[in-house]
Amino acid sequence: MMHMPSPVHEAEKMEIDRLLTGIRDRYGYDFTHYSWASLKRRIDRVCDHMHAASYTALLDKLFYDDRLFDEFLKHMSITVTEMFRDPPVYLAIREKIVPLLKTFPFVKIWHAGCATGEEAYSMAILLHEEGFLGRARLYATDFNKHSLDKAGEGIYPAKNSELFAANYHAAGGKGNFSDYYSASYERVKFKDYLKEHITFSYHNLVTDGVFGEMNLICCRNVLIYFDKILQNRVLTQLAESLRHGGFLCLGNKETLNFTAVKELFEPVDPRQRIYKKSGASHV
Amino acid sequence: MYKAVVMGMSAGGMHALQTILPALPRSFPLPIAIVQHLSPHYDSYLAEYLDRISSISVKEAEDKEPLQRGTVYLAPPNYHLLVEPDQTFSLSVDARVNYCCPSIDVLFESASDVFEEALIGVVLTGANADGSCGLKIIKARGGLTIVQNPATAESPYMPRAALDAASADYVVDIGSIAPLFRRLSQPQSRREHGCSVNC
Repeated sequence: MMHMPSPVHEAEKMEIDRLLTGIRDRYGYDFTHYSWASLKRRIDRVCDHMHAASYTALLDKLFYDDRLFDEFLKHMSITVTEMFRDPPVYLAIREKIVPLLKTFPFVKIWHAGCATGEEAYSMAILLHEEGFLGRARLYATDFNKHSLDKAGEGIYPAKNSELFAANYHAAGGKGNFSDYYSASYERVKFKDYLKEHITFSYHNLVTDGVFGEMNLICCRNVLIYFDKILQNRVLTQLAESLRHGGFLCLGNKETLNFTAVKELFEPVDPRQRIYKKSGASHV
Repeated sequence: MYKAVVMGMSAGGMHALQTILPALPRSFPLPIAIVQHLSPHYDSYLAEYLDRISSISVKEAEDKEPLQRGTVYLAPPNYHLLVEPDQTFSLSVDARVNYCCPSIDVLFESASDVFEEALIGVVLTGANADGSCGLKIIKARGGLTIVQNPATAESPYMPRAALDAASADYVVDIGSIAPLFRRLSQPQSRREHGCSVNC
């Protein structure tokens, strides 16, 4: 045989790299330091969806078509989420973090990578039950404008209500979950007094900068999509966006071990991946 | 010479793992990555239990962890497990594939991208068709495919679907899998199958 195949089909990898740098240069969205394997799966799905025969053909289609690129972005962001996803995390926030936040006259909480907003509404409900929502401002950000629109509406399919109610109770919910929304047809809409305390806004963790002086940052199941270089860059940015003594909550399988910011934090609840910023203020 | 093993199973998989893993030596020369469908609320104790009853090391795979020889990695519940080109794992919470998260196909396809003909793919007992697309890709890229004999599998649907989708190099009963692994992990084993002109 003339040709020795090389790992990961080198040519294919080069072609995807060209697609990603083309997108970065043209639109400013930088996917070059994403975890490769799941990125490739998503790009392959977009190619099918947009009838692009190759990654080069996909770049050709996207390059001069803003609307198609918008469609592409929808596929690239992960929107899988739930109300009170991983209930023990919310229980830990309720029991261990909220009492500490209550010592402040006013707190700022950032949901970085909020997708369609379910976790931000969950936090608002939790703070409401703790009598603390009036002294809190929640910032929920994402790079997917389509998801942010949905988050701002606060309307979700009713079919998930049973799962969400079970999560709510497992998370230490004190009332009836159904008190927090009005149901009509196939949908539920969360009450306006929850939304009033949430600011939904566009922010790209990869390309945008530090975001305010937060008391708590929830960035769950976002870092797993990044390679180690980008993980460290984003974690540094999150650390700089936290007040001294502020808290960082990661996804259940994400950790600060072996990262550039490990020394800046001490674990509060290692199992639920909640950390407190304690080290020097500069990285 | 093979570089990695990927295995998938669902219903009946617990018994299958209890049969295979304790029969492997601590010095088994390949990494083994496993997707076993579990209830989403299942905790991570499965890995601890299997580690206790096996001499080979068994653990839950962590994000960005390098694949090491002689170690068995289980996908954590509710996360897809993927292999990166630098031979580390990554996790994702992308949408379910074949109604499953973790999905066997997601592991098999990403591992096949990386290891190509040096990969062994194994589909065991189970009650859905997850894994059959992934096994087909492993086979198409020159990897080795093993399917549990549906006639003796606790739940025959998954191995049968895999056999419908891809031709298997071996169809074996559960008790023969560990001995087969030991044989295939010997350095000269690729020649036996002559699966590509490169061999």
